[in-house]
Amino acid sequence: MSNRLPLKLHIPAPTTRPGCAPDFSHMVFPAVGATRRPDVFSAEPQMRDLPYGMVRVLDSDGLATGPWNPKLDPAFLLRGLRAMLLTRLFDERMFRAHREGKTSFFMKSTGEEAIGAAPSMVLGPEDMCFPTYRVVSYLLARDYPLIDLVNHNFSNVADPLKGRQLPVLYSARAFGFYSISGNVGSRFGHAVGWAMASAYKKDDKIALAYIGEGTTAEGDFHEALTFAAVYHAPVILCITNNQWAISTYQGMAGGEETTFAARAIGYGLPGLRVDGNDFLAVYAATEWAAERARGNHGATLIEFFTYRASGHSTSDDPSKYRPVNEAAEWPLGDPITRLKQHLIAIGAWSEVQHEALEHELFALVRAALKQGEAIGTLGASKPACGEMFECVYKEPDWRLTEQRQELGV
Amino acid sequence: MPTMTMIQAINSGLDLMLARDPDVLIFGEDVGYFGGVFRVTEGLAKKHGDTRCFDTPLSEGGIVATAIGMGAYGLRPVIEIQFVDYILPAYDQLVSEAARLRYRSGGEFWCPITVRSPYGGGIFGGQTHSASPEAIFAHVCGLKTVIPSTPYDAKGLLISAIEDDDPVIFLEPKRIYNGPFDGHPDQPVRPWSQHPASEVPDGYYKIPLGNAAVVREGRAVTVLAYGTMVHVSLAAANESGIDAEVIDLRSIVPLDIDTIVASVKKTRRCVIVHEASRFAGFAAEITTLIQERCFYHLEAPVGRVTGWDTPYPHAFEWDYFPGPARVIAGMRRVLEG
Repeated sequence: MSNRLPLKLHIPAPTTRPGCAPDFSHMVFPAVGATRRPDVFSAEPQMRDLPYGMVRVLDSDGLATGPWNPKLDPAFLLRGLRAMLLTRLFDERMFRAHREGKTSFFMKSTGEEAIGAAPSMVLGPEDMCFPTYRVVSYLLARDYPLIDLVNHNFSNVADPLKGRQLPVLYSARAFGFYSISGNVGSRFGHAVGWAMASAYKKDDKIALAYIGEGTTAEGDFHEALTFAAVYHAPVILCITNNQWAISTYQGMAGGEETTFAARAIGYGLPGLRVDGNDFLAVYAATEWAAERARGNHGATLIEFFTYRASGHSTSDDPSKYRPVNEAAEWPLGDPITRLKQHLIAIGAWSEVQHEALEHELFALVRAALKQGEAIGTLGASKPACGEMFECVYKEPDWRLTEQRQELGV
Repeated sequence: MPTMTMIQAINSGLDLMLARDPDVLIFGEDVGYFGGVFRVTEGLAKKHGDTRCFDTPLSEGGIVATAIGMGAYGLRPVIEIQFVDYILPAYDQLVSEAARLRYRSGGEFWCPITVRSPYGGGIFGGQTHSASPEAIFAHVCGLKTVIPSTPYDAKGLLISAIEDDDPVIFLEPKRIYNGPFDGHPDQPVRPWSQHPASEVPDGYYKIPLGNAAVVREGRAVTVLAYGTMVHVSLAAANESGIDAEVIDLRSIVPLDIDTIVASVKKTRRCVIVHEASRFAGFAAEITTLIQERCFYHLEAPVGRVTGWDTPYPHAFEWDYFPGPARVIAGMRRVLEG
């Protein structure tokens, strides 16, 4: 051994664990309205402060303020509120259906509803979203039929994905919603390729992709950013930083050292950090990036800063690795509560109306579940077994034909 | 009819498809201005424009992911992985994404991509430029794997691959890019121009995937091969005087099981030849298929002549490579069996 200083291996760890009081004091957020909104076509080198700021619109009184205020019509905002609330109620009811043994698996998006709903309302019907499994609000903001979600989650005879895919990993081409996979991150580059194809065809469609902060450690993330930057792909690349990848806190993906939005700087892409629980901020940032993409100014990386209020999935128990009441203490609040507060503050909504909406949406969810249950829950009903052998190839080869005969279906 | 090398024939196929279908585009490392390290895409960027044939970052995973996204949009990307030895960073994309997209999306999305890549040894490329990983693609449900052995087949199979609506791995035996190498490294290289299958039409034609070719008829033993090993097997048959029936599989997925079974039932003996290592190699699958379908016709156990179960060794290239002497020995074993 030399007489040099012994080296130390650093293993990041969150500040709090089960049994501790939640502590977010290390998180310092710029004030509402403090982060500037550059002209949409600004050059990237002039915007390198943005990844360290935070796009915020709603203040603590629920009023919209600052340069990022998208100045949206209340009726439009109510559509957003409705999509988020529907998502929350659907998630809760579906989660319960799992506990009742009606399906094998489910994942909630509680606390992250704005991150799916607002971009869905920015993008057009022809644009393509490359989702994660926690943005079903993207579909519900487009009036995707609840019954199709239920049938898929029950893998019953009416499952649009024919019983081949795990619950929650939806695909809905007609709604601009790409096929999800459980291999996290592996579609991030598809969004870039899809956007490049649109540019290649001189089309006007853009793509938007989501990835979790934990998955930014995968090569797929960096490959996608490289291609997006090199070819000026018309794509919006979104990191959902919900603080947790199952039990792995965001510091394990590099969040102790810098912001995830700042990953953009190394690629020469604009990076925005956004309050993901502020519907107006999420909308404004996505709209800014969409205008940039449509104007042939290429890709934007957006970090939506949020908190995964539920467990990772029905198989997870977050009380084993984080304080149980963290979600309630999240300094950026709840996206539904905050949009509701805003709409009430501007006189466009009331507690009574909100309660009525909750009842209306709950009835829709309950009716969809009942309808799905009548068709059949997992195991009680399934698509024709022959579907197992379809769509491996466009046309089955002799192996599949023989094996199908062997199984007798 | 013009005479072409395999490189020229593949170039001709790409050129023709670029002209024929505006949704076809080519990208990969060094394939644009320079025309690729093996010159397969030479002149295409200049002729068709740099949005039709362009360079990429050195990122195999990124290249395949981009192609899948383009395929889902509706294009038909033809991408090059410079050496198949470098395809492994993209294996996740091929297995978890390209191969399953149609299946898991209920048929809503699919990706008609063609992944071209030089493969195989015999060029003193050592363990990083010589791999034959066809079995790891054949094992993946949803992928097709095509391996031509002549210029004529290369162009016709390539056009079929590009027009196919499923993802196709198109492996190009780089040892025979410039001539039909028969496994004798000590003998002068024969040019393609002396081989009848170097006559390649300038125009459009297709060879369907899943159709093997009987390249030498015989009655004593069936020899199944693909890529470079077709020429090695023919040399072995000719040099030994064994009445071997040599079959070029041309694609291993889809596999032309009918041609294999008909030949083995006729000759009652079979040897499978591939350059890839033996254990769990593609010959193992064919052997099983033959014993399932032809067991009572067989006069001897099915034989395998393959690379050894080692990485491709640089100094021992010709000790590893299953040349004509080993193929002859393999045929004799099953003839005596």
